[in-house]
Amino acid sequence: MLIERALNIALVGNPNTGKTTIFNGLTGLRQKIANYPGITVERKSGAAKIGHYKHLIIDLPGTYSLNSKKLDERVTYETLTGEFEHEETPDLVLIIVDSSNLDRNLYLVTQVMDLGIPTMIILNMQDVAVGKGIYINPDEMEEKLGVPVLSISAKNKRGIDEIKRAIENQQFSIPSPLKWQPIEPLKKAIELVIDKWIRPYTDLPEKAYIIEALKLISNTVSPVSIEFEGIEHNEIRRSVVSKAHSIIEQSGGNPVAIEVMNRYDFINECTSKSVARSSTDKKTLTDRIDSITTHKILGPISFVLILLLMFQSIFTWATPFMDMIDLLFINTGNWLAANLPPGLLTDLLVEGVIAGLGGVIIFLPQIIVLFFFISILEGSGYMARAAFVMDGFMSRIGLHGRSVVPLISGFACAIPGIMATRNIENWRDRIITIMVLPFMACSARLPVYALLIAAFIPPTTVIGFLDLQGLTFFGLYFFGIIMAVLSALVMNKFLIKGKQSPFLMELPDYKMPKWSAVFHNVFDRGRIFVTEAGRIIIAISIILWFLASFPKTDIPESQPLSDNANIASSFSPQINPDAYQLKHSFAGKFGSFIEPAIEPLGFDWKIGIGLITSFAAREVMVGTLNTIYSIEGEHGEVATLKQKLINDVDTDTGKPVYSIATALSLMVFFALAMQCMSTIAIVRRETNSWKWPLIMLGYMTALAYICSFITYQTVRLL
Amino acid sequence: MSRLLSDKHNPGTCLIQSVTGDLAPRLLEMGITPGSTIEIIRTAPLGFPVEIKIRGYSLSLREEEARCIELES
Repeated sequence: MLIERALNIALVGNPNTGKTTIFNGLTGLRQKIANYPGITVERKSGAAKIGHYKHLIIDLPGTYSLNSKKLDERVTYETLTGEFEHEETPDLVLIIVDSSNLDRNLYLVTQVMDLGIPTMIILNMQDVAVGKGIYINPDEMEEKLGVPVLSISAKNKRGIDEIKRAIENQQFSIPSPLKWQPIEPLKKAIELVIDKWIRPYTDLPEKAYIIEALKLISNTVSPVSIEFEGIEHNEIRRSVVSKAHSIIEQSGGNPVAIEVMNRYDFINECTSKSVARSSTDKKTLTDRIDSITTHKILGPISFVLILLLMFQSIFTWATPFMDMIDLLFINTGNWLAANLPPGLLTDLLVEGVIAGLGGVIIFLPQIIVLFFFISILEGSGYMARAAFVMDGFMSRIGLHGRSVVPLISGFACAIPGIMATRNIENWRDRIITIMVLPFMACSARLPVYALLIAAFIPPTTVIGFLDLQGLTFFGLYFFGIIMAVLSALVMNKFLIKGKQSPFLMELPDYKMPKWSAVFHNVFDRGRIFVTEAGRIIIAISIILWFLASFPKTDIPESQPLSDNANIASSFSPQINPDAYQLKHSFAGKFGSFIEPAIEPLGFDWKIGIGLITSFAAREVMVGTLNTIYSIEGEHGEVATLKQKLINDVDTDTGKPVYSIATALSLMVFFALAMQCMSTIAIVRRETNSWKWPLIMLGYMTALAYICSFITYQTVRLL
Repeated sequence: MSRLLSDKHNPGTCLIQSVTGDLAPRLLEMGITPGSTIEIIRTAPLGFPVEIKIRGYSLSLREEEARCIELES
């Protein structure tokens, strides 16, 4: 009987089964990616027009099991059973199976079949299986499993067409539960738990009965995660479960292992009939590549080489585009300012909206180049090797091997780095990686470091080709890494609760990355950044514009000339109206207001203004100082600004404002403080809450304050 | 005589005798079941994780996971 309507179709499967390729193939670019409400798991869905209907395809997170405590795997389970709020239960489940890795994939198949949802099994990656000497007879397998089995290779379009045709012909059926033939005591135990506990006392959907019963039976250690009200109910549950346990134990079984072993026995039986294996003893390509990439010495070396290539590419490919974008937005702004009637609206448009938009777009080249590489590394299977090689180091500071690439990406820019942490499965590892990542000295810090080092650190030769300037540069980078490591250690030990979940990382066979998948991923990440983080960034830049532009100050007709030429000329309203306005704006007032607080760090109110405006982005500091020190028309001209900074004299004491202590303190502050609204915006997006970005802002600023204080006070004493 | 996977580092094939401990359910589900054959491939630079082959696929385990797996010798 055919169902005559559009269907909700869920894609389920182990990680690395080509599930995403099938999803992309079915939906094309008509995809929606968002976070599931309240959690950080990404929900991908899209429409597929098949026959007369536009079906909704949902790509559920890849999972090894339905019986999991891991968040993303639980989403898959709860969506299938209809326990997940806001989600409709699927009408059809497509289980994607990696044919070259049947046993473990069929394990999930037997679990999904227990749910009794209309099912179709898709044996994907046929070509890889044949290469490994695995020949599957889909008809035999179909007979054994009792649901339609379709054998394809999603790499070519024909495979996708076959899936579409199967959906159109509705080649799916409702599997009979417990198809895996549990042995008698286990079957009895399942029935007991369902009849005496789940059915009468819980409101779980009927689909979930078998899996829930098995969860209770196999879990002998920790209490079950679902909280039930009332001690009385808990008593009943405990007595039912222990009765179930004794049924199994009396027959000599182990409640923890019996279900899994039973399922694998069934799988062995199933594959022994439907699969022919020709043994290939020759070393596979994967083995040969692995003997280099995971080698004790060559492994880390090749990892460093790949990273070098990645960074070189960012400089070669992304930097010119960033300069172009920068120029484009500056010119557009200037043009608009010149051609629109002067007034508030024009100011808002030019200095708020256009500048904010530029601040968003400027990140795109780096995001695109980095995700191009990350997608290739992930798609080829190399990323798991990098994690394998680096895990020994990373686990010592409480992080995961997979944290390495995002952290190192942070040297270019924290934003793509934070977006790349999605590949870290464990939430705790992921959040710690996100929280320490902005300590990596990103490229936006470079102009500030360059300006201050050039102005205040003498180029004294230390040893050989090393001078004090170079050493300071290196020191600042190293300082960032050390602070990241220390923060990770502290968070790991004291702050962020939760056990490290098992590492258990699959090392999939190497394969050529699919270019369409790389393109999809790069496109998705760019789009997510622009649409989701972009909104926040533009909002903040409008607020910052407001703070720097209001209240509007009337420029007085004339003002008596001051004795102190330097400061007075900078801020005299006739000579430099911009600086005059800035000084009297909210930002300027705030800079003066916080002066007592930042004085122990060696900062004056001018630096205070810079600290506020550079929240837009760190390099804005240079621009703000430019404005304050009135170097009109010479944007980014470091040499001139440098001289002004050196010559700036405190009006009260007559001493230079910038001592070496102040300069060092300011550099330390920039190394540590969270002065980047775009990072805040992307952390908000990636953690799906304001909690983490605010914690980040707070603790990084506090740390920056403390370290700058120590630096200034120590250097001053020396 | 039996020993734990965490003690054995030389590449080679072994039979799994038992899987115990807190992490057992997850390891079992990944196909590391008593009676199946495990091949130790290599260890990472600092000794762990260890790469194994089980049921035709490669998996890497940290020390605490390797400690849950008892091998027949």
